[in-house]
Amino acid sequence: MDEALLRSLTPSVLTILVRRGADFAAAEDAVQDALVEALRVWPADPPRDAKGWLVTVAWRKFLDATRAEAARRRREYRVEEEPAPGPAPAVDDTLQLYFLCAHPSLSPASAVALTLRAVGGLTTRQIAQAYLVPETTMAQRISRAKRTVSGVRFDQPGDVATVLRVLYLVFNEGYSGDVDLAAEAIRLTRQLAAAIDHPEVAGLLALMLLHHARRAARTASDGSLVPLAQQDRGRWDTALIAEGVGILQAALARDRLGEFQAQAAIAALHADAPTAEETDWVQIVEWYDELTRLTDSPVVRLNRAVAVGEADGPRAGLAALAALDDSLPRHAAVAAYLHERDGDLATAARLYAEAAHKAPNLAERDHLTRQAARLNSRRCR
Amino acid sequence: MAKYLLLKHYRGAPAPVNNVPMDQWTPEEVTAHVQFMHDFAARLEKTGEFVHGQALAPEGAWVRYDGEGRPPVTDGPFPETKDLIAGWMVIDVDSYERAVELAGELSAAPGAGGKPIHEWLEVRPCLAEPPTITE
Repeated sequence: MDEALLRSLTPSVLTILVRRGADFAAAEDAVQDALVEALRVWPADPPRDAKGWLVTVAWRKFLDATRAEAARRRREYRVEEEPAPGPAPAVDDTLQLYFLCAHPSLSPASAVALTLRAVGGLTTRQIAQAYLVPETTMAQRISRAKRTVSGVRFDQPGDVATVLRVLYLVFNEGYSGDVDLAAEAIRLTRQLAAAIDHPEVAGLLALMLLHHARRAARTASDGSLVPLAQQDRGRWDTALIAEGVGILQAALARDRLGEFQAQAAIAALHADAPTAEETDWVQIVEWYDELTRLTDSPVVRLNRAVAVGEADGPRAGLAALAALDDSLPRHAAVAAYLHERDGDLATAARLYAEAAHKAPNLAERDHLTRQAARLNSRRCR
Repeated sequence: MAKYLLLKHYRGAPAPVNNVPMDQWTPEEVTAHVQFMHDFAARLEKTGEFVHGQALAPEGAWVRYDGEGRPPVTDGPFPETKDLIAGWMVIDVDSYERAVELAGELSAAPGAGGKPIHEWLEVRPCLAEPPTITE
């Protein structure tokens, strides 16, 4: 039984049912029923056309369910309207599903859950594990999301930017549970990139690949964080980097710059440097300028201050930092780093301790505490 | 088996014996401490006594209902004087004695100078579900 095949077929089968007029929630239930049926029947009697089989069975399941509720006349009408089952063409069916699952009426958390379920074909249990919430909680979140979008018309063109934001959220959720959400996000973005011709989709895919390529080097064997400058660049995945750079270059060549392409360009410059010292910080600052223009995000300005510190020295970095609100996340950590490079170890140590206090996760907190400890023990001894 | 909550405090517990703030330790001491916590949890997972553990951010607020149609009252995000929980671990053990024994081991986590912190931990029994058969 090929579970990967089943999973890859799920979204297009679902899309076909909804296209034929099934309500989203009912269609989803019917597809799940059909998958269960497939698991039961296929091992002994594999179908010639897996997708056609699933569509037929899911549609029958949908009709059975509808029959139980709806009037006889409506059912007969539907049966009459039913198109002939058979091989359904084209991956771009799935595209509509991406837009539906990222619909602006959904909260980001719901959009993410629905995308993983409907487009990604993950089970509720797998999604719950990945987000460390009880399965019943996740089931509720998903069915609430399905209800929210059940009245949404399916043939409207959606907003690509919303879809990309949802996929980026999935990617950043990272590595907990037994489903690798980063890999899942890459898989879904690849699908999307195959279905739609859009430079920002390519930009996001490139960004994900470039980050993913460095993943093995990002943590030490004990789980602690390894900063970019200290990473063993031999452990970076050069194939993924080459692929990411290729996709990025093709996207940039089209001259429709967006924030994901700019971020990917920065990631590519890091990936391109043989050593941390050889990083082209001047060009990175230029990309941060573009990014600031595109997003005007304070977080981008904060990262830009780091890059300025590397390109023009810590004083310049601190000057760039001075223009920013010090309540920004990681502001203290950036300030600590720049003060240390400027030689003011006492201030750096104090700021590292403050940053550890505000750290959003354990790995970061431990890392920052170690930085403070390193400076304090060096000053005392 | 009964469940116990082990509470670690940022503030509110009596001062530990080896009371040096973590950022004044050496990096090796920090690493040893983190490793100790890891190993402790891993060992309890093996014995089947680990249920759940979670570290909390240092900031917390008191929140209270303030009447119909009004936003909840909070005492602000940076309280200076109240007790604060730093994290918890829930264990499922045979006896109160075992819970105390484990809390004692956890309190021996190494701190400055590689010596145990002797930090005070709070041990609280979780109230159990009612039994299926009562008579």
